[in-house]
Amino acid sequence: MTTALLDVQNVSLAFDGILALDDVSFRVARGEVCALIGPNGAGKSSMLNVVSGLYTANAGDVLFEGERLTGVGELARRGIARTFQNIALFRGMTVLENVALGTDFRGRASFFEQALRIGRAPREERRMREEAAVVMDLLDIASHRTDVVGRLPYGLQKRVELARALVPRPKMLLLDEPMAGMTVHEKRDMCGYLLGAHEKLGTTVVLIEHDLGVVMDLSDHVIVLDYGKKLADGTPDHVRADPAVIEAYVGSFAT
Amino acid sequence: MSFFIEVLLGGLLSGVMYTMVAIGFVLIYKASGVFNFAQGAMVLFAALTFVSLTERGFAFPLAFIATLAAMLLLALAIERIVLRPLVNAPPLSLFLATLGLAYILEGLAQTLWGTQVHGLDIGVSDAPISAAGVSVSRFDLFAAGTAATLVATLALFFRLTRSGVALRAVADDPLAAIAVGIDLRRLLALVWGVAGVVALVAGLLWGARVGVQFSLSLVVLKALPVLIIGGFSSIPGAIVGGLIVGASEKLAEVYAGPWVNGGIETWFPYFIALAFLLVRPAGLFGERSVQRV
Repeated sequence: MTTALLDVQNVSLAFDGILALDDVSFRVARGEVCALIGPNGAGKSSMLNVVSGLYTANAGDVLFEGERLTGVGELARRGIARTFQNIALFRGMTVLENVALGTDFRGRASFFEQALRIGRAPREERRMREEAAVVMDLLDIASHRTDVVGRLPYGLQKRVELARALVPRPKMLLLDEPMAGMTVHEKRDMCGYLLGAHEKLGTTVVLIEHDLGVVMDLSDHVIVLDYGKKLADGTPDHVRADPAVIEAYVGSFAT
Repeated sequence: MSFFIEVLLGGLLSGVMYTMVAIGFVLIYKASGVFNFAQGAMVLFAALTFVSLTERGFAFPLAFIATLAAMLLLALAIERIVLRPLVNAPPLSLFLATLGLAYILEGLAQTLWGTQVHGLDIGVSDAPISAAGVSVSRFDLFAAGTAATLVATLALFFRLTRSGVALRAVADDPLAAIAVGIDLRRLLALVWGVAGVVALVAGLLWGARVGVQFSLSLVVLKALPVLIIGGFSSIPGAIVGGLIVGASEKLAEVYAGPWVNGGIETWFPYFIALAFLLVRPAGLFGERSVQRV
């Protein structure tokens, strides 16, 4: 791991005196799929929220491409996209609008240009639509482009959220339980879409997932958290064989 | 029958004015989830600045452009000084900030330009125009026409442009909007700028009717029932709500007023608003109230 894309250094986070994260460090290499796993309350979501700037760590640093991340507002510009555990889509808007908003931050056209449809505005809007179309095709949601997101089934909403995250071609994708609440069938589809996007777009992926089968199939790199501490860090096979991990999961890996 | 139409028409015309003022509120509500208490002060500030400039010899268009520039600068300053430090603050803090802003603007306007009452003549007579037995005030027609043009332009802008889509996204889910990189600062500057323009036009039209004075900052209270009826976050809601308020208050005054010795025009809209709060608290087009992050 010579040039880490993401470098988390000694991060601690406390809520009302309770340590949610206790001196956690890890690195994510460019191009890998890295999974954060651990029992409920292990600090996985807290970690993801620190990395994406929603929480500010009490101690430690988060470096992305060697530079500190300072807040959620600059995520997109730094090349980081994320999805949320409870789906944070714009529910009253269409699939196309949702996905296209993923690249809104690249827009430079002034309000005047937008109002009069002159200058950079038409070109930018056309480009956004095209970029959105590519990703919607990749995730097979193009046929729903004019549907209002809030009325779509859950599994499809998860895919729309992934599409919105992918459309600016982020360097790193943070996924908070991308397959939570899905059926086995839906999970298999989602894995396919994720790996497809990972391969086609070369995006580094950091994800939280509960389904260990999914994690082991999908990831190159697994980090195990337990009670806010890092328990193990390595390849899926390495982590699977770690006695401390086996104990924390009381034999979940046995099968 | 022609009398009824005359009353209804007069009501709808004043309704368009209410809609215009309400849209200033709606835009800011969509962007920050807060009722902008300072909207009335902005109307006063704009009208007073304009009148004082014309009294100092500025030609009408020049004074208009200068006031417009002042309102846009004001919007940028508000975003920078008041709103930016309050990003992620609870809505109540933001609301209180707009309350404070209202006092600052009222004070500033009167410190700069004095407290006397100014007359404002924008060159449109109040003489009635008659057609098919119905007569309408020329000024009311002009005011409603101006307001309707402004409302239509704004509604189209926020319907069709990328900024409009971004504004709807922020209203829908602020956290997600920030996470995908929507520039909230730019959007806030935009909606406050637009609210400033709306305040200027409202200040001129109303100022010409009732004179430019402190009580001008209270005309925006008419927007409150409009917002309750139409929904705080909906532009179509503001349009329909404004027309309902305008038409119903005039009709009520004329047809129900005599039973209670008149004077119900001023409170009738609030009566309807109360009924809406009981039956449909989110308004006609409003969304369920959502807790913001």
